[in-house]
Amino acid sequence: MAGKTLFEKIWEKHVVTTVEGGPSVLYIDRHFVHEVTSPQAFDGLRNRGIKVRQPQKTVATADHNIPTLGQDQPIRDELSRFQVNKLAENCKEFGVPLYGLNHPWNGIVHVIGPELGITQPGMTIVCGDSHTSTHGAFGSIAFGIGTSEVEMVLATQTLLQNKPKTMRINIEGELGKGVMSKDIVLYIISQIGTGGATGYFVEFAGSAIRSLSMEARMTICNMSIEMGARGGMIAPDETTFEYIKGREFAPKGADWDKAVEAWRQLPSDPDAVFDKELTFRASDIEPMITYGTNPGMGIGISKSIPNTEDIEEATRPTFQKSLQYMEFKPGEPMLGKKVDYVFVGSCTNGRIEDLRAFAQFVKGKKKADNVTAWIVPGSRQVEAQAEKEGLRKILEEAGFEMRQPGCSACLAMNDDKIPEGNYAVSTSNRNFEGRQGPGARTMLASPITAAAAAITGKITDPRDFL
Amino acid sequence: MPIEKFTKLVSSCVPLPIENVDTDQIIPARFLKATTREGFGNNLFADWRYDKSGNPKEDFVLNNPRYSGKILVAGQNFGSGSSREHAAWAIVGYGFKAVVSSFFADIFKNNALNNGLLPVQVSKEFLQKLFQAIEKEPATEVEVDLENQTIRILQEGIAESFDINPYKKKCLLNGFDDIDYLLSINHEIEAWEKEHA
Repeated sequence: MAGKTLFEKIWEKHVVTTVEGGPSVLYIDRHFVHEVTSPQAFDGLRNRGIKVRQPQKTVATADHNIPTLGQDQPIRDELSRFQVNKLAENCKEFGVPLYGLNHPWNGIVHVIGPELGITQPGMTIVCGDSHTSTHGAFGSIAFGIGTSEVEMVLATQTLLQNKPKTMRINIEGELGKGVMSKDIVLYIISQIGTGGATGYFVEFAGSAIRSLSMEARMTICNMSIEMGARGGMIAPDETTFEYIKGREFAPKGADWDKAVEAWRQLPSDPDAVFDKELTFRASDIEPMITYGTNPGMGIGISKSIPNTEDIEEATRPTFQKSLQYMEFKPGEPMLGKKVDYVFVGSCTNGRIEDLRAFAQFVKGKKKADNVTAWIVPGSRQVEAQAEKEGLRKILEEAGFEMRQPGCSACLAMNDDKIPEGNYAVSTSNRNFEGRQGPGARTMLASPITAAAAAITGKITDPRDFL
Repeated sequence: MPIEKFTKLVSSCVPLPIENVDTDQIIPARFLKATTREGFGNNLFADWRYDKSGNPKEDFVLNNPRYSGKILVAGQNFGSGSSREHAAWAIVGYGFKAVVSSFFADIFKNNALNNGLLPVQVSKEFLQKLFQAIEKEPATEVEVDLENQTIRILQEGIAESFDINPYKKKCLLNGFDDIDYLLSINHEIEAWEKEHA
């Protein structure tokens, strides 16, 4: 009998029962909740007259809808304020721990879970947010769900799920200069497309992945949804254990030793078989930039936008619509294109390492006058750490302002909207039409590619400065 | 809470021959501030459907009087991106009962099924024929038969079968709700928790 994959080991351990001919009832270890996708679920519980089954396995934060300036003031936008207050009321009524606005642990849900040690290997983790896949970087099964499913988990701590197929994506070899983990994931998506992993749970592996820090691994797993995957994961190793050790909710003392021993059993067996396996060479990856309106429309920064003839015929109308929105032409180079906004932040690239990389790059340089830059830490703890390390000072000296934590311009639910027609280089995860504000044009990139754009005011290869 | 039953549907279609329609297009984030499930239908495809002053854009299909019906037909990889169930609420709120595409994003598919909206996955060839039939004759009627898992272009007599998880099919045919089912097996969940405490 073939060995088991990381995914199968965790999945099998969490199946309560399987419906005949149908989905499995999967037990959920941790459920993250935020203000946007939960109010209707709490209403559902009230309508049914039931409680949250395991409030202590549930953690809530306000992140999507909060301002990134003046967080000590009441939220000005009435609907946002109502929604954030609603979350607080619901958490109080149902006994769910809440790290709301101004709590020292507040931040983007996928940043605070790992930094508090709530996210651990071998767990099943869900949240009403597609970027829940971030937590898979620790070797857990983590995925996004809809609001009906949020209600399902609140009510029963389980979820009806069909077992997805398994895929392994290997990145082998050494990464080139100036290539960050964001570039790896944008490269993979550019190769397999936004539906390339639909129906699969992806394990990222290979020597290039093993060499990455936890922050960098989170960036990759975070964007596995952008290739359509149910989720992404990376086998836990010493890097993982080192990151978790000593954090607030991490196991302590003898429990720690026991936990690590169990976590060491999780990696896929050498003879495990995946339904699909892909391998890419790290040396083929250069700093990436997107030119279109989905994350699969990315190219190496030195390359040109594809010509229409290179696009599959059925996809051409979509390709043309996309370039029309961006006001780009087929075959044009990306280097030198003007940039109006730079956004550094989000659950993809809003962690301390991202801020460090950006700050180190801009240190001693000056922001271009034509660029408005928003540097938004992923959490209060990231903000505090950046302060402690002197990053804020470096940023300010280079002409940048660090704002308060939240999802911010990644989805522009708050006031952080890129104005219509403007071009933004963004470290976030989606370049969909209007994602960063109605009419906004987004180019996804790594923190240092964003830094190079912020300094020069145009799309620039960050390697020119290294 | 029971969902609306789905058995058989005969309707004309609204064509949207665009690929990778993401949930940010289906319902832009600024409309996600509501705390109930109602009212999203008015903002379905808001940025494609209305101009900045809120006037309908003539070139968008929902504003084209030639097309109407309870079936939305879309290009491949429909519903990608954000997990927002508001996308399903907006489509249902507008009045659609089924979405036909050659490929659906996973989370959207689950959200649709949990709201009584049937995602009908067809072959690329069938989808192409369906788009052509609607273009030629906007009143083209399509029959979606859940019991027999078939979709048929009535005027053309072309049909194809589609897959659906047997459990979800039963839920839709009977209007069953997942949470009612999970609550009914509470003893099993309790036993699992005790064993894994």
